[in-house]
Amino acid sequence: MTALSLKDVSVTFGDIPVLDRINLHVEQGEFVSILGPSGAGKSTIFRLLTGALPLQTGTISCASPENSFAFMPQRDALMPWRRIIDNLTLGLEVQGIPRKDARAHVAPLLRDFGLADFTTHYPAQLSGGMRQRAALLRTIVQGRSIQLLDEPFGALDALTRTQMQTWFEDRWRAARWTSLLVTHDVREAVALSDRIYVLSRRPARVIAEITVPIPRPRLGRPPSAQAHDIEAHLLEILLHQTGEKP
Amino acid sequence: MQRPVPRRSGGGLARGIPAVLSVVSAFVIWEIYVRVSGISPLMLPAPSRVLDQMVQNRVLLWDNTVPTLKATFAGFALSLTVAFGLSIILDFMPRVRRALFPIFVVSQTLPLVAIAPLVVLWFGFDLTPKVLLVALVTFFPMLVALVDGYASTDPEIEDLMRSMGATRDQIFRAARFPSAMPYFFAGLRISITYAVVAAIFAEYVGARAGLGIVILNAKNSFRPDIVLAAVVISSLLTLILFSATALLQRTVLRWRDVEGHR
Repeated sequence: MTALSLKDVSVTFGDIPVLDRINLHVEQGEFVSILGPSGAGKSTIFRLLTGALPLQTGTISCASPENSFAFMPQRDALMPWRRIIDNLTLGLEVQGIPRKDARAHVAPLLRDFGLADFTTHYPAQLSGGMRQRAALLRTIVQGRSIQLLDEPFGALDALTRTQMQTWFEDRWRAARWTSLLVTHDVREAVALSDRIYVLSRRPARVIAEITVPIPRPRLGRPPSAQAHDIEAHLLEILLHQTGEKP
Repeated sequence: MQRPVPRRSGGGLARGIPAVLSVVSAFVIWEIYVRVSGISPLMLPAPSRVLDQMVQNRVLLWDNTVPTLKATFAGFALSLTVAFGLSIILDFMPRVRRALFPIFVVSQTLPLVAIAPLVVLWFGFDLTPKVLLVALVTFFPMLVALVDGYASTDPEIEDLMRSMGATRDQIFRAARFPSAMPYFFAGLRISITYAVVAAIFAEYVGARAGLGIVILNAKNSFRPDIVLAAVVISSLLTLILFSATALLQRTVLRWRDVEGHR
């Protein structure tokens, strides 16, 4: 079943075209990445989906039209004045769920996310990786049908990023959240995705759609030759793009 | 992976020692100078004499401290309430903010020396003009602190809340208001130091009782020792109020301590 589809979605800011007839779709339980150069307008797609930006032209359709998306921003956006547990329940609180029920809803997931012993800590007391896990759990517990992940590992150091990606793949294989990931990291896109859309430089068009048939788990082991080929292919497309004169 | 909670380095007492030493030595030098030079106490009374006068006039001083405290608290409570209410209105209505802000800025440019006698003329010798003057002086720093504080909210947190379907009201309560708290306390500490001074000045201009009146009368009867006694009390009041806000800030902003903020 198609969970989300965008048809001919275009956006202009003033005179500047940012998105040019974007077509993409995400199936139920599928992990899809949007890969593109920095500043291509990847995040603009998310802003359209979360309603931060009004849709100008084209159509967006979702399987469940009300409250489809849970959004995980690039930096963790944890509230520094709230303890971890209260950050995790923020989305439920906004939905009007009483605090006690919200906490009970989050409790069974804490262990898998490695946060069980840190619920009363403030965000500043946690490492970057833990904060990112908290931000992901805050996204998941909202119970929305599609997870929007905006470069969720981009702000981490290389080692933590690799650990987090491996951990994330594990969690994803267990839960199969329908996910749309925005990234400019080719390796990350290949490691996590079922399908990858490659965007051009601004104005962003979809210039390639690539299926990644590599069996999971893909991380925590030497990369397969197939993964290497796909990465090389993607890189070539991207380099060709950014190599052009604006 | 857990980072330890940073603790404040050194005991609070140990860190206070340099400050205490410098204040004490200033008083000692003052005392020695007065004794050695034999200057008239009508010109410059020694600290020991000021202290002696504080003890001797304790009833007079206490009776006049109470009205000053009343004016300070009432004025401050008024300005806090209005600043808080108005800050919310201004935050929800940017147009009103643009229309009214220049007026508030102008209110800060009015010289207190000129305004105070007028306010006393309009409102009499009772508590009202003092309350109004304290409010006038402390209102603007509080309002600016709150409005700037709301504006300091991390836009990513607001985007996140909007993606969760939060209303403007929910965003204000869960994100903008808590974001403003450090600013609020910075403003509170500045305002509270103005508040006592403003109350005393308002009394000085016209009142039946208060530390300002004690200072005025003592000055007119050439008693610098009593003037200084009243000054000491006013400083103590300010210091106590300042410490109280610092204590409150520590309690409310406990989350900042874990980050190692001061």
